[in-house]
Amino acid sequence: MAEFAVELRDVSKRFPGPSGEIVNAVREVTLQIKDGEFFSMLGPSGCGKTTSLRMIAGFELPTSGEVYIHGKPMGQTPPYQRPVNTVFQNYALFPHMTIGENVGFGLEMKGVPKAQRTARVQQALAMVRLPGYEARRSRQMSGGQQQRVALARALVNHPEVLLLDEPLGALDFKLRKEMQLELKRLQREVGITFVYVTHDQEEALTMSDRIAVMSGGRVLQVGPAFEIYERPNCRFVADFIGESNFLDATVQDVQGPTATVTLTGGLTVYANTDLSLTRGQAVTVAVRPEKVGLRPYEGAQNAFPGRVEEIVYIGTDTHYSVMLNGDQRLRVREQNEDPYSRPLANPGDAVTVYFDQAAARVLTE
Amino acid sequence: MTKRRSPWLRLTALLIYGFLYAPILVLIIFAFNASRTNIIFKGVIAEQGPYRLEQDVVQSAPCGPFHWFCQLPNNRELVNAARNTLVIAFTSTLAATIIGTMAALALQRYHFPLKTFSEVSLYIPIVIPEIVMGISVLTLFSAVFSYLNTALPAASRLSLGLGTVIVSHIAFSVPFVALVVRARLHGFDRSVEEAAMDLGANEWITFWRVTLPLIAPGVLSGALLAFTLSLDDFIITFFTTGPGATTLPIYVYGLLRRITTPELNALSTLWILIVFTALSVSQLLQRRSA
Repeated sequence: MAEFAVELRDVSKRFPGPSGEIVNAVREVTLQIKDGEFFSMLGPSGCGKTTSLRMIAGFELPTSGEVYIHGKPMGQTPPYQRPVNTVFQNYALFPHMTIGENVGFGLEMKGVPKAQRTARVQQALAMVRLPGYEARRSRQMSGGQQQRVALARALVNHPEVLLLDEPLGALDFKLRKEMQLELKRLQREVGITFVYVTHDQEEALTMSDRIAVMSGGRVLQVGPAFEIYERPNCRFVADFIGESNFLDATVQDVQGPTATVTLTGGLTVYANTDLSLTRGQAVTVAVRPEKVGLRPYEGAQNAFPGRVEEIVYIGTDTHYSVMLNGDQRLRVREQNEDPYSRPLANPGDAVTVYFDQAAARVLTE
Repeated sequence: MTKRRSPWLRLTALLIYGFLYAPILVLIIFAFNASRTNIIFKGVIAEQGPYRLEQDVVQSAPCGPFHWFCQLPNNRELVNAARNTLVIAFTSTLAATIIGTMAALALQRYHFPLKTFSEVSLYIPIVIPEIVMGISVLTLFSAVFSYLNTALPAASRLSLGLGTVIVSHIAFSVPFVALVVRARLHGFDRSVEEAAMDLGANEWITFWRVTLPLIAPGVLSGALLAFTLSLDDFIITFFTTGPGATTLPIYVYGLLRRITTPELNALSTLWILIVFTALSVSQLLQRRSA
């Protein structure tokens, strides 16, 4: 068994666009998805995540590069000869068949005898918590139920890899939360590699072992949720996953992991970096709003006076928009620990914002 | 709450329907006419019994009021024409349905050079005057036959007949089938086909197990439309038919030039019944598929 369940090597896909132009949907993507991993491809619409997934499934063929499944190059292999199954965004259940026939379709195509098929369909439906639904039709079921059937229909074939194309996109918020946990449970139970496409960062962070963040047809960063969130490698990732303040700055000095930079307004910020920077280089400093505080604390390397411009109460937290002395705006997010959720400052108040050197990250891209 | 409508609206609607259906109603009533000349309505044949005629008015007949319907099977020419018509209608419908469905699928799914051109040229037969099409098909057949017949032995020379009528009927039915099937394909979710392929079905199995069952209502209603068009067609058939290939419309036209008996009305009544049923089924199928 090869080391990787799925591997994309230098895969590109170009389409002719609606008015004759060439659309570069996927550009030289290289990805290695480990066996048994819950892997997510995350990005805004049009970033190439769905096209990448469709190339693994075989619905699209790469313009260049190669897709490998367990070490085997897929080449021109049609979808019906690939050891993968797909769960579609709109479920794509066969409306003219019963649920039992839907789930049993893959086994029927493989030539599994009827008796065995019935037993496995029953098992698969029980696994997605829809036991005894064989005789129903898809239009008699809710969106969440249809999605479970689509899952059962794919998993009953024991694919080597399960591909999921925004499977929860059409469900309402509560149900989506529920299905996220359900999917994670199923993945642990069956131990199959899941490749999950989503534009919902929270969904990706909740479920995935590793995430590939994509934009403009390229993979920008691959890593576990923690790494993607805490150590984004570029401005896009820092902005797309969660929230970030971006401060324009110039490098003053670098000593080990500590970079000293000057903001355009003249303030000096200590930030963490793992890049090789040169003095005078123009950079961006990214700071997460929740890692900045209005309450003073011991050992904060960065402390800047400013004035509150606006506050927004959002239940668990309150957002403060602070204009630092020197024309840089910083969003600060403070948890409402106070039993009456009294704000720490009001618009117009002079405040000091505090944050660690480790909370600030130097980005060059 | 009911909305007040102008009584004029009701009256206009009534008049329009009257205008459309009064002739058909009269035609059906005259199918039961006791008068053999069928110029004046002399009442319905009231009596059932041995055939008795007085001054061109049937007094009694074995089938009673349905006398003219019962007479139909005794007319050899008419039976032949009916058989020809059905043979033509069934074969041309079958072929047109297959070709039209394939054309609709191709136009829906693929992008190819001259796509717009092929799409427009497919629908041209719908708007082109039938007589133009009739003449052009006849010209084509004549040209091809005169060329081929120089090379063929005398016994197997090609000539106009059932075959040419069937081919021309296929030609004018295909656009209608394609149009109806395309309407059904509009909004067809291709991901169910992808799902089938993903689950191990090749293109062929996917078509038979998934695509066709889902577009079947459209295909069927297209077929029924083609069938009624073929049954009714006069002009194109007139140009392309040959000896021994007389269809019902052609036969009826021939009769009209001589005399009209209520038999003709009886035949027309049956005709209307068949076409009406086919169209109703076609409509029902389209509605259910919507």
